[in-house]
Amino acid sequence: MTTAVSFAKVSRHFGAVRAVDNVDLSIAEGEFFAMLGPSGSGKTTCLRLIAGFEQPTSGHIEIFGTTVEHVPPYRRNVNTVFQDYALFPHMNIIDNVAYGLMIRGMNKADRHAAANEALELVALPGYGERRPGQLSGGQRQRVALARALVNKPKVLLLDEPLGALDLKLREQMQEELKILQRKLGITFVFVTHDQGEALSMADRVAVFNDGKIQQIGSPQDIYQRPESRFVADFVGSSNVLEPGFVKQLTGKESYASLRPEAIRIVSADGHSATVTGSSYLGGTTRISLALGDMRIGALIPADQAVPENGTTVQISWQENDLHLMEGAQ
Amino acid sequence: MRSDGKQRAPWGLKLAAGLGLAFMHLPIALIFVYAFTTEDKSYQWPPPGFTLKWLEVTWNRPDVWEALKLSLQTATISTLIAMVLGTLCAAAVSRTKFFGRETISLLVILPIALPGIITGIALRSAFSIADIPFSIWTIILGHATFCVVVVYNNAVARFRRTSGSLVEASMDLGANSFQTFRHVILPNIGTALLAGGMLAFALSFDEVIVTTFTAGQQSTLPIWMLEELVRPRQRPVTNVVAMVVVLVTVLPILAAYYLTRDGDQVAGSGK
Repeated sequence: MTTAVSFAKVSRHFGAVRAVDNVDLSIAEGEFFAMLGPSGSGKTTCLRLIAGFEQPTSGHIEIFGTTVEHVPPYRRNVNTVFQDYALFPHMNIIDNVAYGLMIRGMNKADRHAAANEALELVALPGYGERRPGQLSGGQRQRVALARALVNKPKVLLLDEPLGALDLKLREQMQEELKILQRKLGITFVFVTHDQGEALSMADRVAVFNDGKIQQIGSPQDIYQRPESRFVADFVGSSNVLEPGFVKQLTGKESYASLRPEAIRIVSADGHSATVTGSSYLGGTTRISLALGDMRIGALIPADQAVPENGTTVQISWQENDLHLMEGAQ
Repeated sequence: MRSDGKQRAPWGLKLAAGLGLAFMHLPIALIFVYAFTTEDKSYQWPPPGFTLKWLEVTWNRPDVWEALKLSLQTATISTLIAMVLGTLCAAAVSRTKFFGRETISLLVILPIALPGIITGIALRSAFSIADIPFSIWTIILGHATFCVVVVYNNAVARFRRTSGSLVEASMDLGANSFQTFRHVILPNIGTALLAGGMLAFALSFDEVIVTTFTAGQQSTLPIWMLEELVRPRQRPVTNVVAMVVVLVTVLPILAAYYLTRDGDQVAGSGK
């Protein structure tokens, strides 16, 4: 399999801030790759390093085997869908979409035909004459996508493209983006702080924190087998169990993660925990528990009775739901 | 808030507003009237008669043409200088962060807040220390100091309203710096530049104080008018010239007003 993007010990420092710190990364051709992390974790800087808006302080970046340090953004076969879409307000939609082709010197008839085709691809046929200001947020997002895709990039970068959309539209676009990516076979690199988005769309996820990659793996790996306390907590808000407690259960002294939906309330033979709070989430209810001096969360189905605050309940889980994080500090 | 037609201002307020406007604009109308009077030694009211001969007299006075030519040259060149420097400065201040940015922003705006007489004295002593002889170029330099401010202010406001990612989007889509300037930046700041340029032109065209200190023996049109008032000779000629000055300065200001008003729709951010 061809490598689309590779980072070798890449760092990007802004003064004393290490926005990206010694990152190694390899993204395969045709992959849907998500960079997930809280704000300031370096994921967007990584994206901008691929796009060419940032230069690495040290390290080496290749795109399809070509070294790209000192290659300006306009000479990279990579296009970006910006977080604020960045549509040109003085141009209508068709000229926005055809911009890249116009710069390349394609004649007007050809580039408008290609732009119309791209607008059809994103389900916006016939919108060419309108101005960006006349479209809704979701429509502008599609135009931004069409404007990038019309150039047939080898890698498409998406910077939190769904962040400004409402929940319903976001879920719809998640599915559409995935279908589009399969259809076109283009490598997508997607930056998000929403773990649900990353898990549902990506083939592989890299979890960022403090400029470093904490873990790279399939969504299942990341979710079920987090390797660090940060990943366990950030992806799916897993419970992190203290080494002392884990030693009693398994004999190994290490941190372990336990997903909230793996915890069940049983009538007997469980661990005693005190209910300290609950919040209703619709399909489930999340309850907070004190287990010894650990605070943990559990999700219980809506059809089950929610225990009162202050009561002591018995909780249990399957042995293989407990995931040891042996490297974690 | 727009008042709905039913709510009317009391007649007293209307009268006061009318008088205020009349106080501001009637004297200007007087200038126009005196341009056609038959009496040429003093301003006698009412004018004893009306004539068009001063238009012809003015047309044939070489000193008027010289002053007009100098004023137009000065205003044009200082506006061009201001447009280039003002745009560059606005781009630097609004697009990038650097040490001393706020200070530079303040220092650029300062000349318009400074009384013209201080700018004038300062420039005059600077020119004499540097041994620069007075010429059209010293006048232009003097004017450029405040013309830059006008262009800068217009451009910086527009730059701030233009989303920064537009430039990155253009580069991302394959455009180099020059193409990005031509296809994205210029269309977005164009009307602001034009408006700033026109205001700068109007400011320069009727400037007196700084010019007094930076011109040698030559006279721009406003200076020429001032001299004419002190030494009366064919007085209505001054009024004819004044009429022209009013027209030349008001028209660009009106145009600038309409341009920036429409610009609001053009310059929205990419969102």
